[in-house]
Amino acid sequence: MINLIRSRIIQGSQYIKDIRKAEIRPPFRGFPFISSNCTGCSKCIDSCPSGAIQISPVKIDLGKCTFCGECQLHCPNHGIEFSVLHKVSADSPDKLIITSDKGYQEFKRTAIEARAEIHKLFGRSLKLRSVSAGGCSACEMELNACSNVNFDMGRFGIEIAASPKHADGIIITGPITENMAKALYESYLSTSPHRIIIAMGTCAISGGVFDGSSELNRGFLKEFKPDLYIPGCPVHPLTFINGVLDLLGKK
Amino acid sequence: MNWKRFNCCALIKTHDIPVVTMEDLRKDIAGKVRLEDKRVLAFFGVKRGDSTFLYVILGDDTISRLFITSVEFDKNTKSYRSFTPEVPSLHLFEREFYEETGIVPEGHPWLKPVRYGKDQRGRTGLIEQYPFYSMDGDEIHEVAVGPVHAGVIEPGHFRFMCHGENVYHLEIQLGYQHRGIERVLIDKMNSASGENIFFPQITEKIAGDSAVAHTSVYASLMEILTETEIPYNAMIIRAICLELERAAVHIGDLAGIFNDVGFIMGSSTFGALRTLIINTSLLICGSRFGMGLIRAGGVNFNITREQSAQILENINTVQKKIERLIPLTMLDQPSVLTRLEGTGTVDKETARLIGMVGPAARASGVAIDIRTDYPSGMYRHYPARKIVLEKGDVFARSYIRYIEMMHSFNYIREQLEIIQEGNISEAVNNKLPADALALSMTEGWRGEIIHVAVTDDKGKLIRYKIKDPSFNNWYGLALAVRDNGISDFPLCNKSFNLSYCGHDL
Repeated sequence: MINLIRSRIIQGSQYIKDIRKAEIRPPFRGFPFISSNCTGCSKCIDSCPSGAIQISPVKIDLGKCTFCGECQLHCPNHGIEFSVLHKVSADSPDKLIITSDKGYQEFKRTAIEARAEIHKLFGRSLKLRSVSAGGCSACEMELNACSNVNFDMGRFGIEIAASPKHADGIIITGPITENMAKALYESYLSTSPHRIIIAMGTCAISGGVFDGSSELNRGFLKEFKPDLYIPGCPVHPLTFINGVLDLLGKK
Repeated sequence: MNWKRFNCCALIKTHDIPVVTMEDLRKDIAGKVRLEDKRVLAFFGVKRGDSTFLYVILGDDTISRLFITSVEFDKNTKSYRSFTPEVPSLHLFEREFYEETGIVPEGHPWLKPVRYGKDQRGRTGLIEQYPFYSMDGDEIHEVAVGPVHAGVIEPGHFRFMCHGENVYHLEIQLGYQHRGIERVLIDKMNSASGENIFFPQITEKIAGDSAVAHTSVYASLMEILTETEIPYNAMIIRAICLELERAAVHIGDLAGIFNDVGFIMGSSTFGALRTLIINTSLLICGSRFGMGLIRAGGVNFNITREQSAQILENINTVQKKIERLIPLTMLDQPSVLTRLEGTGTVDKETARLIGMVGPAARASGVAIDIRTDYPSGMYRHYPARKIVLEKGDVFARSYIRYIEMMHSFNYIREQLEIIQEGNISEAVNNKLPADALALSMTEGWRGEIIHVAVTDDKGKLIRYKIKDPSFNNWYGLALAVRDNGISDFPLCNKSFNLSYCGHDL
């Protein structure tokens, strides 16, 4: 017993006091800033593993971007720079397309429109079920980290439920493989009727580097539209928690 | 000599690889592998024209040498006699070979589907139609778990055959995670044009918790193929990040094991320590999992003097805390020890026979560690320490992680002393050689990771074979839970902590 108290003292206080204001240090790669000095050399396109970039004018689709930073390294004119700004979630895939005239303030203003019915239903308690459908386990581990003593999203009433039958919605990670398509449908249909869908990570949003693989079946997302898209490869816990809090309309 | 001998940093021309008959291969494999002289490292098929070539690569751990040979199957040969009854460690390799090529290993004891790829469903059927074993008897019952689990983990299906609480047998059915990653990588590299044909970002996703290990194997394979020497500093940074990854997962798994025995104090303290280690990776490369760090030819991020001081401070903090916490938590609590000791035992002979690798095998007394047996990169200059325990139970698989992470911290400290500011990346020729085969491997935290690349006469990739250690070890988990209570399954599972997508690719 005395040794448990000793462990508790060694542990000390670990939690992040203000999740909303917490920042991530460089060289973390978050929201990219694009300057207008593109010469059209297309080196960024050649270096992108997931086809997230278009040029003239330059556009980066955060739903496809794996935040690897190759484009930033290869651009001879420093046209793309990833910042440490981690709040990159949005409620529709179109809003994830970043251009040179769309700065962070502009992105943030429109990215997530909190809906009154979601705030009313889930504002104080949200139970989610995670369905990994081809996820490499990085997003899954980051989702687990959201509940650990550091990030502790349970303080906002957001928790992971063990069964979809106890959940108000699902979190999809991974590019959705053919072999998981049926299990994903059934998990989704087992959740409560007023449910939300969260697409977590680049693979879930667009297929990421697996986009176009013959082993995927992304029919589910054609049928049901996610309420929240959280880009990242993998998604940082702060990105996830802040995205969900924005969706719930919490301060 | 029916085998071409090479070492793990050498490129070989495909026409130098001997082509032998099936009978010669059988004699050699049965003799060499059964006498514990050599181990099977790779066993895969490559289609060339109408024929299918079976490539077999054996490794001799004591002399650090690899041996390769091949067998040609013409289009009319549709079967051969299975090796598995004589060499059980080949069982999953043969199932995979059958699924990919359609050539039947006759007499294979459980020729069941592995991944249900799109082109293979003609042979395998749908994943729902998996032919499970079943048991009969009045007091026998079966428990089905998955593919969606209660925790936040990847999908897989477990079918327990139980007598009361006691597990007779566990059948593990995987394949849900199959994304076709080998094909994705080959297509992307072959269709790439311009300056960049290398995509380590794809190999990061083979298994997200081993991103550094898989990308460093991929990168060194590409460096072998293009005959690139990488800067000394890049090797150091790769080794530091690989050891950080090992330490982070080992700490996280100890937290998971404590969680599974209901010891929340241990779980939360170790969980918080893992955060500090993965945040150290973020400090180096901007990703908590080391994504975006490694490129063909070197690394993308240098470690500056200030960063070096910060890394040192972090690992010192974590190491000190763990040294104090392990005696207070794991070793002091009888309620924890009683769950760990004697649970889920895999003995040395079984581990060797089914071809287990990594810390799980070392916990059972099988002394294999790629860092010391086939050293490459920094491990060639600064040897790592091989840790071997005897007992093979959950306690041994947990305790070995504690010792290994301590050695990882020491290794990182040593590397931080010798790192200098300087070049971290070398230009790589963006054309692969024609008719070549190369193999690269390293010891990830879970065990040996092997990648093999084969190119055709135009220098295009025709095969990229990935072997994650999970591929060897899943069957070890199935054997570990035999004759254990079903409630100890989560514990056994976490002590192995195998990758689903690493197996399913």
